Amino acid sequence: MLKAEGLAISAGGRELVRALDLSLAPGENWALLGPNGSGKTSLILALAGLRSPQAGTIALAGAPLGTYPRRELARQIAVLLQDEEADFWGSTFDYVMLGRYPRSKSAWGRDEEGAAAAHGRLAEVDLSHRAAQDYRTLSGGERQRARIAQVLLQDAEILLLDEPLQHLDLRHQALVMQILSGCAADGKTVLAALHEPGHAALHCAFSLLLYDAGRARLGRSSDMLTQANLEALYQCRLQAAGARSFLPS
Amino acid sequence: MKPVPVLVVALVPASLALAIAFGSVDLGAAQLADALLGRGDEIAREIVWGVRAPRALAAFACGGLLALAGALLQVLLRNPLADPTILGVSGGAAAGALAALLLGVGAAGLDLAALAGASIAAGAVFGFSQGRSGWNPYRVLLTGVALASGFGALVGLMLSLAPSLQVQGMLFWLLGDLSPAGDPTAALVVLAACAALAFSQSAALDAVILGEDKARSLGIAVKRLQAVAFGCATLATVAAVLLGGSIGFVGLVVPHLLRLAGVHRHALLLPLAACLGGSLLALADALARTVAAPAELPVGVVTAMIGVPVLLFLLARLR
Repeated sequence: MLKAEGLAISAGGRELVRALDLSLAPGENWALLGPNGSGKTSLILALAGLRSPQAGTIALAGAPLGTYPRRELARQIAVLLQDEEADFWGSTFDYVMLGRYPRSKSAWGRDEEGAAAAHGRLAEVDLSHRAAQDYRTLSGGERQRARIAQVLLQDAEILLLDEPLQHLDLRHQALVMQILSGCAADGKTVLAALHEPGHAALHCAFSLLLYDAGRARLGRSSDMLTQANLEALYQCRLQAAGARSFLPS
Repeated sequence: MKPVPVLVVALVPASLALAIAFGSVDLGAAQLADALLGRGDEIAREIVWGVRAPRALAAFACGGLLALAGALLQVLLRNPLADPTILGVSGGAAAGALAALLLGVGAAGLDLAALAGASIAAGAVFGFSQGRSGWNPYRVLLTGVALASGFGALVGLMLSLAPSLQVQGMLFWLLGDLSPAGDPTAALVVLAACAALAFSQSAALDAVILGEDKARSLGIAVKRLQAVAFGCATLATVAAVLLGGSIGFVGLVVPHLLRLAGVHRHALLLPLAACLGGSLLALADALARTVAAPAELPVGVVTAMIGVPVLLFLLARLR
């Protein structure tokens, strides 16, 4: 259980989150929605223990995040960052294997069990055929799937994902959403920043809407993802697109 | 990429054997073999075991330390041009040593002064490296470059003030020269310790390439890793500089040679850099001793003369 109380986050002189109470329980699948610059990334970084909030506490299983050693925290919380340095020297498999770091004891970072698991994760994200290929030669979408495979290999109880669907084609968007739903069904906690409310409605039982100026609303997706709420969230008129809007089933 | 580690490791005994076989005195093969086995002519034995072997090992230790420091700094500062001289450590050591020479202190005082100079430089670089949001590679680089040119100016000042008789001895610190290198035992111990410490961090160094946030989220205590790796690189640099003055290009080029040969993972890269750096400097020193025998060239001149074209060649290939 990851629990935030009285959370306040600001960045670049802007207040992004104010007095937010949030508790993410095992088996819950959360969508984090909000316009650009509303603080989705900052919230994820804070929940992952990578940035200190301006106020409030974040506790994992009752203990503040700061009291966990990094390695222990990495076994509990895995994070997909929105950006990372892409200058990795090895193969796609080498890249995914870095996700094994918190659980592997050897200085080589190689263990049979981990290697088998890494191949399993690559298969899961439909990337087995790229395992031996130089990571830098992957396309943007393939790279994104490799990054997701690395996060999955970490085998943490809590998954925080910042725009997991970026660069992905429709089929792989659906694949990733299904993988995340599967994780939640297995009792893991999932929170993903998304830009498509359709995916949230289809796959996430809970939604957290992050408005400008620090306001937030959270609850069941069925209550949250109404036309009125989304129009207020994105500050634009929406219409039901009918037969011309497609989401993978 | 499998043959590369084997070749590099095989180069270690080969280079040491060559460094022992060649010198200003020409020993025949039979005499050399006898002396190596501790038999035969006493003078040949003294040349082999008393002079050439310690010298070859000193060169090996020095090169290994510099290459290890270079490999660590390049990943730590995320800069392919990082090498031990940019820390300002060799400049600090040179300035300290020259000051001691000017003041006319003994050999022990000289080493202490060099150590003090190097420590001041390393401390300053580390102290200034902490930006508002923690460790900042650019601050490290800027501080190192600024200190290096500051020490360069100090060195120039002292050279111009020094009586001409002393200038020869001072040049050692500036060019890099292994002829006054004494017992290499301490440096070899430092090399082994630094290599082991760095090796223990190799998996974390692999992951830190993805950026600090990602590395933290994978369970790496990034601050501690940076402190350990930076401390390791500094210690290695100081030990190398005390042994052979400021020898250039080994720390810069050797890690890149290995990377170009396909060795990237630090669990392999770090130990192989130590082996290759050591071997190449042992060979360069053998060359420095024999090419103009009985005169000796400063080995720093040899490494720079080989290192500069090699680096330019690499840059052309990497374009």
